[in-house]
Amino acid sequence: MPEGWEPVIGLEVHAQLRTDSKLFSSAANSFGADPNTQTTEVDLGMPGVLPVINRRAVELALRAALALGCEIQPLSTFARKHYFYPDLPKGYQISQYDEPYASGGKVPIQANGELRTIRLTRIHMEEDAGKLIHDDAITGGGVSHVDLNRAGVPLVEIVSEPEIRSAEEAGAYLRSLRSILRYLDVSDADMEKGHFRCDANISVRRKGADALGTKVELKNLNSFKFVEHAISYEIKRQIDVLEDGGALVQETRLWDDKAGETRPMRIKESAHDYRYFPDPDLAPLRIDPEWIKEVQATLPELPLEKRQRYEQELGLPDYDAQVLIEDRDVAEFFEETVRLYPHPKTVSNWVMRSLLGFISESGQELRQLPLTPSHLAALLELLEQGKVTAASAREIFQEMAGSGLQPADIMRERGLEAVSDSGEIEALLREVLEANPSQLEKYRGGDQKLFNFFVGQVMRRTQGKANPKVVRDLLSQLLR
Amino acid sequence: MSTLVSRSLCELAQLVNAGKASCREVTEAFLDRSDQLEGRLGAFVSLRREEALREAEDADRLRARGEVRSRWHGLPLAVKEILVSPNLETTCGSRILRGFRAPYEATVLGRVREAGMVVIGTTNMDEFAMGSSCENSAHGVTANPWDLSRVPGGSSGGSAAAVAAREVPVALGTDTGGSIRQPAALCGVVGLKPTYGRVSRYGLVAFASSLDQVGPIARTVEDAASLLGVIAGHDPRDSTSMDVGVPDYAAALDDPPTGLRVGIPREFVAEDGADPEVLERMHDAVRVLEAKGAKTVEVSLPHTPYGVAAYYLICTAEASSNLSRYDGVKYGFRSEAATLDEMYKRSRSEGFGAEVKRRILLGTFVLSAGYYDAYYRKAQQVRTLIRQDFQRAFENCDVIATPTSPGPAWPLGERVNDPLKMYLSDVFTVTVNLAGLPALSVPCGFTSAGLPLGLQLIAPPLEEPRLLAVGHTYQRETDWHQAAPEL
Repeated sequence: MPEGWEPVIGLEVHAQLRTDSKLFSSAANSFGADPNTQTTEVDLGMPGVLPVINRRAVELALRAALALGCEIQPLSTFARKHYFYPDLPKGYQISQYDEPYASGGKVPIQANGELRTIRLTRIHMEEDAGKLIHDDAITGGGVSHVDLNRAGVPLVEIVSEPEIRSAEEAGAYLRSLRSILRYLDVSDADMEKGHFRCDANISVRRKGADALGTKVELKNLNSFKFVEHAISYEIKRQIDVLEDGGALVQETRLWDDKAGETRPMRIKESAHDYRYFPDPDLAPLRIDPEWIKEVQATLPELPLEKRQRYEQELGLPDYDAQVLIEDRDVAEFFEETVRLYPHPKTVSNWVMRSLLGFISESGQELRQLPLTPSHLAALLELLEQGKVTAASAREIFQEMAGSGLQPADIMRERGLEAVSDSGEIEALLREVLEANPSQLEKYRGGDQKLFNFFVGQVMRRTQGKANPKVVRDLLSQLLR
Repeated sequence: MSTLVSRSLCELAQLVNAGKASCREVTEAFLDRSDQLEGRLGAFVSLRREEALREAEDADRLRARGEVRSRWHGLPLAVKEILVSPNLETTCGSRILRGFRAPYEATVLGRVREAGMVVIGTTNMDEFAMGSSCENSAHGVTANPWDLSRVPGGSSGGSAAAVAAREVPVALGTDTGGSIRQPAALCGVVGLKPTYGRVSRYGLVAFASSLDQVGPIARTVEDAASLLGVIAGHDPRDSTSMDVGVPDYAAALDDPPTGLRVGIPREFVAEDGADPEVLERMHDAVRVLEAKGAKTVEVSLPHTPYGVAAYYLICTAEASSNLSRYDGVKYGFRSEAATLDEMYKRSRSEGFGAEVKRRILLGTFVLSAGYYDAYYRKAQQVRTLIRQDFQRAFENCDVIATPTSPGPAWPLGERVNDPLKMYLSDVFTVTVNLAGLPALSVPCGFTSAGLPLGLQLIAPPLEEPRLLAVGHTYQRETDWHQAAPEL
């Protein structure tokens, strides 16, 4: 970034809530069904229908707001936001406007090795719109199709203060928020499926200036990669315009990933007067303090708290803690394993390498695997007792992660018991030393590295099953 | 004229329950009467002769087996064509909903069906319930049975005219600013607007959501009470419906109020707008109640002069929003065009009538950026003041009495091009909707020209039993409701 400029970025995130049904109707909230099958007359905006608020949606929204430290408003209202478009069957969207249910709050982020928080302005609830399909391959060309399955799906819109200062920070903010929402089971927060969408408000100003520059709203940021690329591009574009003596226009721009640039949206689409007014079909939303307490009591430990605990109480390195907390299921697997086998760093190593490796190779999720923390703990016991070698343990892990069989059974079935019989190992060592007279001579001449060569030879002859500790002890004695 | 059609719903129920008439005979009598009159009256948009007769025969069979769903099982009613059902076309008097048939049923129609009642047809109305004369309908005008050259009132003009003409014993109407009470008064029948939230709005095509309410139109207060009992009650599909038990309205009729205090609002009777004959009839009616032990007290509703203005700001704002869904995309009328914007413009321009477009424009303006505070918010503040006016007035009285309408039915066409005059005819009724109160209109006599007039009785929220008891007491002392128009 050119010297002397400071970007000012605020993000608006829309996250779909993981409810069974829609915000104001009993239609299913599910992704990927045939078009217009997940709808009732309410979602279709038929004459005479009325919305009824989904209590579960409010509860999930409440979870999110409490976990993010927002202040909950005991009374909030839904308004109607009007515009004409075929994805909006009523001609208005029901959305909280001037009286949202949650205000304030903050999201912790770590960017450039530094931990800080981004404050939130507010969170409000609203219903999603449907989708238009313009793809000629689907529509046959020349027409657009409307799919209202998504119409009425519950959303929370999380609005940050303009405190984000770089594209990297924006990325860190979104990752932190996504992780929190997933921990809470509030949202799948999958950007590719549109569960988690982001608009960015960006301006730049001279470092040290108080006044804000002209704001540009960026839309169509459909992946984490797009968000960072688009924001970087837009910051540079704004600075270039200003440095060339030009002026910026307040406008909405779309990110075009193919062209790698932002482009102004048609003026017409951004010049709406939404004519907000309180929806007379819905009474004000009351959230009583008892309910807040109940929900508060069910909040899980959040990613950042977990990470700090892993570092401070379990003594894990920063890197391990960060990797382990990313997915709540993985973190819980780790913690349960540590409870059964209290050696956090060893467990961490195995979770990070073997477990995450297996997950990424198999393409399955942890909860789909037959593997439990007691499997891993039992395996690590076998390893610690020298009953298997590390190499055998890795082999056993692969097998048990896929089959769910007990590690001791796999060990026996595959004949992976470590060879600890000192007579047998001593005989093997003597064979190795005899077979390699020149290496033995060099070792005696002072080349200590060859110690491991002899160990390796024994391991090879036992297919890795010799207990390395016994091998080393005996070898030391023989070479003395 | 068959003697059956001159009977009230309750009388018909007695005849049928005593085996003196069959449901089919009753239904057929009203259908025949309608067939005979509709050419001159135009109260109905559709008549369901075959289906209604079949349903009536089914009811007779069930009754013969002792399977009676309610006292009204197999008895006919008519429905304003603003309530949806898979069995009915619901166009709301609009071209934009031509041929529309909902795949779901309005809660009130479900209740009517469960009571076993037979819908004989849908009645005409001002388009989307916007109007006071029943002249704004895509289906043409409805005439007043007392004088076919005059309007029946509106917007539930078809329901009121049909009941007055003995085409049907009772009908459902809807009331947003007087749309049940005013046509009831102008047609010489009884109309009740229940407390806001007393009756479900699910399946009532919305005009102004915070004001709309379904209610009965009948010839007797007793019949109105009966039909209210069928349709009232909590509906989980309507967040604005009250979760309060439904009293036995019919039983309340036999419990005449003692020591009744009737409030006469100074502002209403002093209005220059009211016809002297209208005020005289109202005072006559109050004297009848006094003779039965009631006491009159003067009350004040000081914000009444702002009622019509506040009402037309709020109802047009809500209407402009509620009618956004008629865009030619999903159902109803579409005018094809090359672009989406053009399709919207043409469909809505051609699909809506002039009065509806006038109100959509007003409402859109009222809610637009920069005007919201001056209009919509201000109107809501006035609404609060009007509600408080009533609360204070009810500290000193049990019911408030006013004329229902400032004058009798006017000639067809007279006010079509004078919307302001049309709006001002709602002066006595709109404040009741703004305050969410129940109100009843009962026939209270005729002008010297022989046109019917109505007495409006207003009560605090959920005091329908009190209103009905007062109205019933009045009807026992008078015979205005027995008078039938010559047709």
